[in-house]
Amino acid sequence: MTTEQLAPEQVIRNVLADLPRHRGVVVDSPPGAGKSTLVVRAAAHIAATGEPLMIVAQTNEQVDDLVARISDKHPHLTVGRLSAGGYVPPLRMLELPGVRVGTRIQDLGDPDIVIATADKWAWIGDRVWPWAIVDEAYQMRSDKLLRIAGLFERALFVGDPGQLDPFSIVDGDRWSGLSWDPLQSAVSVLLRHNPDLPVHRLPVSWRLPASAAPVVSQAFYPFTGFRSGTNHGDRWLELSTGGMGTVHDRALEEAARSGWALLELPNRHTVRTDGEAVQAVALLAERLLQRGAVAGSEQGERPVTADRIAVGAAHRDQVAAIRAAGLPPEITVDTANRLQGREYDVTIVLHPLSGRRDATAFHLESGRLCVLASRHRHACVVVARAGIAELLDAHPSAEPVQLGVPVKFPDGWEANQSVLEHLSRHRV
Amino acid sequence: MSLLTSLARLRALDEGIAQPVATVRHCHLSARPMVFIPLKLSGEAAAPLAAMLGTDRADPALLVVTQPRNRDLRFAWAAQVAEVLLPYIEGFMNDTETVERKNTDPYERAIDAPQLIVPNQGGVAFTRLLGRSTRFRRTDGPYPVPESVPLLGRWLTYLGERAAYPGSSLMLAATEELGRHWASGQSSLEDANLAALLAWITTGPTDEAEDPLIWPPAGPATDPGFDAEVLAPAMESGSAERVTEALRTQLEPTWRLMWQAIDLLAALPEGASVAQRWEQDRGSFSGMAVHIAEGAPPQARRDGAVAAAARLARMERAQAAYDVQRAYDDPLVMAEYRLTGEAFAGEVIETVPDNTEGEGRSRKLRPLVVIKTDDPVRLPPGTTLGTPQRRSQGAELVEAAEGLVTLKITKGMGRGRTAAPGAVPEVGERVCYTSLTDDFQGSPALPEPEATPWTHGGPPQEYVPDDEDAQEEWS
Amino acid sequence: MSGLKREGDHVHRLDALRGTTPQQPHDARAIAALAANPGCARRALMDGAGIDKDAAARHLGFPAPFGQSPFAITRGNMFEALVKADGCAELLRMLREVLGLPVAEVSYHDVENVGAHLRHAHTKALFDRAAREGHDAGTLYDHPLLSLRIAGHTAYLEPDVVAFQLGGRFHIVEIKSFAVIDGQADPAAVAAAARQAAVYVLALRNLLEELGHDPLKVSHDVVLVCPENFANRPVATLVDVRKQLAVLRRQLARMTTLDRLLEGLPDDLSFDLLPDEDGRPTRPVAELADALHRTTARYAPDCLSTCDLCFFCRDEARQEGASDLLGRQVRDELGGVASVAEALGLADGSRDPAEGQEEIARLLRNAERLRRECLN
Repeated sequence: MTTEQLAPEQVIRNVLADLPRHRGVVVDSPPGAGKSTLVVRAAAHIAATGEPLMIVAQTNEQVDDLVARISDKHPHLTVGRLSAGGYVPPLRMLELPGVRVGTRIQDLGDPDIVIATADKWAWIGDRVWPWAIVDEAYQMRSDKLLRIAGLFERALFVGDPGQLDPFSIVDGDRWSGLSWDPLQSAVSVLLRHNPDLPVHRLPVSWRLPASAAPVVSQAFYPFTGFRSGTNHGDRWLELSTGGMGTVHDRALEEAARSGWALLELPNRHTVRTDGEAVQAVALLAERLLQRGAVAGSEQGERPVTADRIAVGAAHRDQVAAIRAAGLPPEITVDTANRLQGREYDVTIVLHPLSGRRDATAFHLESGRLCVLASRHRHACVVVARAGIAELLDAHPSAEPVQLGVPVKFPDGWEANQSVLEHLSRHRV
Repeated sequence: MSLLTSLARLRALDEGIAQPVATVRHCHLSARPMVFIPLKLSGEAAAPLAAMLGTDRADPALLVVTQPRNRDLRFAWAAQVAEVLLPYIEGFMNDTETVERKNTDPYERAIDAPQLIVPNQGGVAFTRLLGRSTRFRRTDGPYPVPESVPLLGRWLTYLGERAAYPGSSLMLAATEELGRHWASGQSSLEDANLAALLAWITTGPTDEAEDPLIWPPAGPATDPGFDAEVLAPAMESGSAERVTEALRTQLEPTWRLMWQAIDLLAALPEGASVAQRWEQDRGSFSGMAVHIAEGAPPQARRDGAVAAAARLARMERAQAAYDVQRAYDDPLVMAEYRLTGEAFAGEVIETVPDNTEGEGRSRKLRPLVVIKTDDPVRLPPGTTLGTPQRRSQGAELVEAAEGLVTLKITKGMGRGRTAAPGAVPEVGERVCYTSLTDDFQGSPALPEPEATPWTHGGPPQEYVPDDEDAQEEWS
Repeated sequence: MSGLKREGDHVHRLDALRGTTPQQPHDARAIAALAANPGCARRALMDGAGIDKDAAARHLGFPAPFGQSPFAITRGNMFEALVKADGCAELLRMLREVLGLPVAEVSYHDVENVGAHLRHAHTKALFDRAAREGHDAGTLYDHPLLSLRIAGHTAYLEPDVVAFQLGGRFHIVEIKSFAVIDGQADPAAVAAAARQAAVYVLALRNLLEELGHDPLKVSHDVVLVCPENFANRPVATLVDVRKQLAVLRRQLARMTTLDRLLEGLPDDLSFDLLPDEDGRPTRPVAELADALHRTTARYAPDCLSTCDLCFFCRDEARQEGASDLLGRQVRDELGGVASVAEALGLADGSRDPAEGQEEIARLLRNAERLRRECLN
């Protein structure tokens, strides 16, 4: 039976049933497929056995988010939030029932669940938890897992294999091909040493609308696939005020109608911080607010306020340039790396290959485009210079090959091509 | 590479001469470096053909394997290399200083350490392979080798690994170091040719640099034309002398280039942090010497899980420190960060040296400084800043707008009520601040190798070099 | 030359470009190299026309910098002979290991035995039978002759390669003499081997498909055989060539769409080397150079290790003062500024930015200001 045929609920039940049977269980979760929901459910499920649980996330925001979700769904559970010295907990966390914050295990009492970042867990010793949940495990480098794996007996690893791989500022060739290569993700290393562990896949994206799930699935998850939890028509985006017929307005109208739009600028090689493209991105965001966009979904109807909009780009200097273009501060503007795991109603993306003359491995990394193209619940507007198809066509293929390193799919070139082909149908 | 370096390359191309991309030297340069130019036989992984080496530019040693497919001759060659290199290396072991640090036992550190300089990255890789092919050899049993050969292998392995360690100067590749200090008017790929790069730096580009008849390749690969027309017939003739003389013609030009490269680097003033990094090199070298003296086995073929993670952490730490130190030592490197908005320089136009924060006992001196700058500042308020002018101080960005930056000094002001003279920059002083700071937190412990967790394959089998290692063919 | 041109038929147009010069047969290495710089129109046209770029470069006075040492050639031949000795006994041992097969009985077919003119037909017949019978005994096919259609011509591939078949499934075996040391080899060399092996995989898949078999009976895992560590003892490693196959398919598809490039060319353009009876080019050098200059190259320093014409194109880039000389990254960083003089003019303010150059001009001026400040 393939996951395609399984209902999400069944997958979750299978995961929970597998937990006591295996030392490790892996769950691949495409964008918005209910990863956090699974983590919260698994946490409650394990806590109900009376055995202590540790949860590992990668960033403080992720930890805070999980604490809030667990406390919300299961207020009777006690949660210890372990943090580093300089961490200032958000006020709302201190008000949550059953939640304690501390820098040492001893400060936390003896909660059902202790939760911290991988970096913080690495400083903890002298205790072994029967259970662990490792969240965002594909974004975790395997050397981090090595530092904390002694803390737990069994673990559930949850993450999105399609997002950006971990990286290092030093050259790691000396370890390539080793099954414990410290630069590989925690999941790759885990599975290379324990190939028999069960790998489940969450089959339904609740975030991506019906217009986006097939596009993202085909481009970035070609072998496993997933579908949208909502149908065409379940989600809609409406612009309450009329447009003026400018390209920006037409792009927004196309996005509202179809879920996608490609605002194509004239073909030109530019510097990374292409002023025209930056301007276009900023104008789109501004117009979206001005036109009073309203998003409707299974969760009801709500205005697309600035905090529900994100602007994504590949490089930090592009992000700085877009911020400097004068957007309302409530709009998130960030690089793909930092947008991982986040969700918005509408996203506006500066295409990583826009204005480039040559594509580099950085630009072609499929995870980068995957993150940028899969943050939205309603629509995604892409700004790009014409000529990306030609650029891909002219891209030399001379990637080095390391022996013993499993080939990673999807190929960045193919993924880019696939997304571009789709976008070309929504060009204004 | 940044736009600053790209601009330097463009300028070099236009003016026909390389342009500086550093104002100080960022590597340590030994008073007595060992220049090592190895050549290998084409088509083989690590069959040595010859090496020219020594510490005296007027008197290089030329060591040749006159029949590279002869195993005995190869080991004899390795022993000859050891005869030159080992006394050089061991010569640094006896002069030591005692280092006493908090929380650790005092240890001995060499006053000076060896420095091996090869022409290019290929030379580094080949040195590592030579180390790999000799360190497991046995001095007894079948295929015995002289005692010096496995010892040489361990030192070559060590030095080859240090070459990959950011900021280490125990083993340098000439093209790399030159490229770190000068931008030529050619591509970085072409900079790997030592003759071509040196021509750009000294006299201007010349096509001769790519003519193997005038400038033979700097190794470890030889010119295929030389192999076919000179070396192969010489070997077939069976005359060791003919082979030796043929290889001399391929090595001598590079020998001259190597010393030219060293002179060029030596002429640059040393960066302020170079001595500190060299001190770490000296410590590492002494550690290796102790390791060998205590009878530890040769380095494993590949890192185990724990060793790999530990090495990665050390290298990342060293890389971060090296990047920061270079920027602090060298305004031209700092300029790269100024260009991207992560640093800014300018003139102090206003100060509030006695500004304080907090009340009563927790009252702290937090002087304010306003700087006028032409640099595009892209740092948000609250960013932690450091400055090359006052390295022990820390500051925090308060506000940046319209070419004016306000910051407050938050670290290194002491406990007094007023600032010590010179602690706060004066109006009119030129200063530079950057978000680049080297405040390292220390990295958390790793498990012992024998406690490698199940996620990483469990405890590894203990590595014991076996006969197979020792007898591995070297054909 | 223009008399040979037939409208709408780019094969004939490519033939016309070549003129009297004999067609350079495409071997696997050449096919694999099609992807080295697909953006280069000059290279695409010469490859499409089947011009010997090495001979052209020599004739132009810019011989390619690629030579192979006799020691390397000897070593390669020696190693291959060793692997194939005694009916590939050594190879079989490794295949058993790497594919985890209990191969009890193995037969060995040297396709070369039948004589060159029959080899392709013979190869076809053998593979047809093997795919149909799918017998359990392993079979090694040495020197099979495969073919691929390239830009309208059939290229015959004479691999030193062996195809290994077991139970109807085929693996391409590629023998290379670079060393695998402690499990790792030079990534550039492995990549080149993988690209070549992908050509054979595709050719063999096409063959099976033509014969009405499932092309996926040819595995995308090829067996790479190399010397291990410092010895002559061979070691086999599986290499997944799916990515290389995808690239290859794209490039072959591009070769059939050279029309667009051909359309823009002057009618009288010819790359003909005008070889004499001994095959020596007699075309006046200036004329040939002029013909090449009329096609657009896309020089990058990477060409120095991948294209026979590299020195010719580098020279051209130098004459033009093109920033391409400094590498793709520098060229990309400069936005739309192609020439060195233009970039420097913008940097020192002696040139006003054209429309669309305002930003790069600002960045360059800022960089120039910083360099001057630090160096004075």
